[in-house]
Amino acid sequence: MGSITLRNVRKAFGDIEVIPGVDLDIQDGEFVVFVGPSGCGKSTLLRLIAGLEDVSGGQIMIDGQDVTEHAPARRGLAMVFQSYALYPHMSVRKNITFPLKMSRMDQDEQNRRVEHAAKILNLTDYLDRKPGQLSGGQRQRVAIGRAIVREPSAFLFDEPLSNLDAALRVGMRVEISELHKKLATTMIYVTHDQVEAMTMADKIVVLRAGRVEQVGSPLELYRSPANRFVAGFIGSPNMNFLEGKAAAGHGAHAIGVRPEHFRMSLTEGAFAGTVGVAEHLGSDTFLHVDLDDGTHIIARAEGEFAARHGDRVWLTPEEGRIYRFDAEGLAI
Amino acid sequence: MATRQTQSLARLMRAPAIILLLIWMLVPLAMTLYYSFLNYNLLNPAGTSWAGWFNYSYFYTDPAFFDAVRNTLVLVLGVLTITVVLGTAIAMLIDKPIFGQGIVRILIISPFFVMPPVAALIWKNMIMHPSYGVFADLAKFFGQAPIDWFAQYPLTSIIIIVAWQWLPFATLILLTALQSLDGEQMEAAEMDGAGPVSRFIHLTLPHLSRAMTVVILIQTIFLLGIYAEILVTTNGGPGNASTNLTYLIYRAARLNFDIGGAAAGGIIAVILANFVAIFLMRAVGRNLD
Ligand SMILES: Nc1ncnc2c1ncn2[C@@H]1O[C@H](COP(=O)(O)OP(=O)(O)O)[C@@H](O)[C@H]1O
Ligand SMILES: [Mg+2]
Repeated sequence: MGSITLRNVRKAFGDIEVIPGVDLDIQDGEFVVFVGPSGCGKSTLLRLIAGLEDVSGGQIMIDGQDVTEHAPARRGLAMVFQSYALYPHMSVRKNITFPLKMSRMDQDEQNRRVEHAAKILNLTDYLDRKPGQLSGGQRQRVAIGRAIVREPSAFLFDEPLSNLDAALRVGMRVEISELHKKLATTMIYVTHDQVEAMTMADKIVVLRAGRVEQVGSPLELYRSPANRFVAGFIGSPNMNFLEGKAAAGHGAHAIGVRPEHFRMSLTEGAFAGTVGVAEHLGSDTFLHVDLDDGTHIIARAEGEFAARHGDRVWLTPEEGRIYRFDAEGLAI
Repeated sequence: MATRQTQSLARLMRAPAIILLLIWMLVPLAMTLYYSFLNYNLLNPAGTSWAGWFNYSYFYTDPAFFDAVRNTLVLVLGVLTITVVLGTAIAMLIDKPIFGQGIVRILIISPFFVMPPVAALIWKNMIMHPSYGVFADLAKFFGQAPIDWFAQYPLTSIIIIVAWQWLPFATLILLTALQSLDGEQMEAAEMDGAGPVSRFIHLTLPHLSRAMTVVILIQTIFLLGIYAEILVTTNGGPGNASTNLTYLIYRAARLNFDIGGAAAGGIIAVILANFVAIFLMRAVGRNLD
């Protein structure tokens, strides 16, 4: 079991209010991703749930029980830190059994769980090494192993992949997703990378300056962002925004069009511009276009599209794929 | 470029320093070794003659010798224990952000700047003195008879004084080690259900082991040669109760004017110090790569 509920949770460091008040419901077994730019309070929110920081106000409930005043160990959660936080002088086996030893579990059960975790995480051959003798990806897996042997009611991950190189990151992303399918335990995952959020999450929580901007499944956020911030944050490359005359034509302060929702033409269309950089990847073509009114646009065409630096192109947004925003940035 | 030319050039450039160092070390050692086989007394320098192993057997059969060896070991171990244990405790206390942190840290470090004889004299006359020392005042305040520290517990008194002097060193080294302890590791342990005691045993202590090794090795080198504190307080007494090897050698040379005997004692002390060093390196040296 691992449903987590936040009720008006607030956090201030001295005079600085980092989390002004968050309400959130996380169902048992969900994979929830907190995403937002650096410094928006994702880690702080996670640490509040873990109990590593005291709340300044509000309530945290796990499985309906108020744990706001409970010490971290009593909340039954396991956390994987960005720095992995492995114990450097202990072998991998000792690292993984540490939480079990602390709960005075009997030795046979400890061994059974370590072997099991090592098998899941491909660590069997490394159990007697020290963390210093492992690669980044392996250390990451040890940290995850230390979390899963406790069979917690939920896992907390704080940017677990940010110290890995790009190729490993993709691999670990898939491994963590598979782990979630296998264990079916609640996971809360913090990242500033929207690709990780989109690919892994059942539910994404978009944060800005300590406030929840929107909660929803990846495709809900993609299809119907609540405001300009979410629209710009979700999707890669970012959504293009047009203001002024183009927007007024749609009865809005600003309109947004995703790069993949433009049709490109060398002869005619809604917006004319000049190609700055053309990126030909074969499977896709990305054009960086400077429109005649000065707006910078990134547009994507599937497959190959013959346009080069300096060419004139016309871009036309697909019908029904135009997002309209008012002067406050809220979606209309 | 590590060509043969640059290597021999490097050797040439290093040579003066190494030769100087060798002379510096070897000449006194050789002279001591030579004197230790002579009947050489400053009261009768004309009667100097070859003594063979007599000085060694004389030193070895001196009942004070074994007292001195024992006192030396007790002194070193006592001071090491006190400084490492208290040093760890104090380092952990001042590692936490507290009001007036800067001042507190300076105060804690300051004993290190007091020269050994001065420190010992202060302790002797102002703190441990049976009639006007602070300890005597305290004892009287609680209605107890004051303790005559240097008469009743001579070696303990010296251990206390020396430990007071070395505590800042241990504290400082251990504090810097503590400050390099990763906070996320502590938090991970907290989430793993480790209480403060378990966290100390399983995380803090192993993390400090390297710094403790440094403290133990460096202090041992200096503690084997403690001398000034004994000279200005107990003069090695009562009897031989606070005489260590260094002081015994001093007594042979300067009080009995027996250069040969003192030299033999010095050589024995060097050999013993090497024993201690080998033992220490075996015991704690593996913490250092
Ligand atoms: N212990 C602290 N003391 C003071 N300010 C803090 C502390 N921890 C975090 N903050 C501030 O809170 C804000 C959010 O930090 P954090 O939660 O780490 O952001 P994120 O993880 O989203 O990058 C930042 O502006 C940071 O400076
Ligand atoms: Mg963070």
